[in-house]
Amino acid sequence: MVTNITNLSRSGLYDWMMQRLSAIVLAAYTLFIAGYILTTPELDYGQWHELFSQVWVRIFSFLALLSLIAHAWVGMWTIATDYLNSRAFGEKSVLIRFPVQLICFIALFSYLVWGIQVIWGL
Amino acid sequence: MNSKRPVNLDITTIKLPLPAYTSILHRLSGILLFAGVGLLIYALELSLASEESFADLQIVMSSGLAKFILWVLLSGLIYHFVAGVKHLLMDAGIGEELESGRIGSIATIVVSAVLIVLAGVWVW
Repeated sequence: MVTNITNLSRSGLYDWMMQRLSAIVLAAYTLFIAGYILTTPELDYGQWHELFSQVWVRIFSFLALLSLIAHAWVGMWTIATDYLNSRAFGEKSVLIRFPVQLICFIALFSYLVWGIQVIWGL
Repeated sequence: MNSKRPVNLDITTIKLPLPAYTSILHRLSGILLFAGVGLLIYALELSLASEESFADLQIVMSSGLAKFILWVLLSGLIYHFVAGVKHLLMDAGIGEELESGRIGSIATIVVSAVLIVLAGVWVW
């Protein structure tokens, strides 16, 4: 058993809902980008830059980025607590699980800051 | 904690049904994407920074290795997407029974396999 002090909200139901809502945003964004690329043959820098300079595309991209962070955190947390637990690694499993979650946090936080830089051109 | 509580069964000793494999694949593709997002953000940065970096990215993406990496990431994305849609349908109560769950898993594999092949055609 894992003592759950690292989940997003202390509420499994809220984590579940965040994962689903973020999934819908990410699915919509994936279809949007894939649709744009597939329907724009010979895509050049001008068109691409024009697309991402529109405010609504930036907002949509930023929303997708935030969704990705939340979605990946809940997903990686679930995987970490399902497999890197005391059943698999004994009573000291927290010494394995916590560093993994720390790496996930650092990676996702880096994606967030870096992604904001890219999307908003700071 | 009551130590006599029943524990999860050891999955390595159980013959898993097909939906279990599609679920595990969903998790593995999620881990792949978690790592791959770094590359995607880097590509987006190059594509938007300037006309020169856009051209540089196009040159990089014309190499076989880059195309293969892109295809692997697209495959992960496609599988995660399709299996995720199945998850959302199951949240809505569709495909939760033994037989419909199995059919849903087969559909997930078939649909994503077709899309992954099409993605490969698009990449190359």
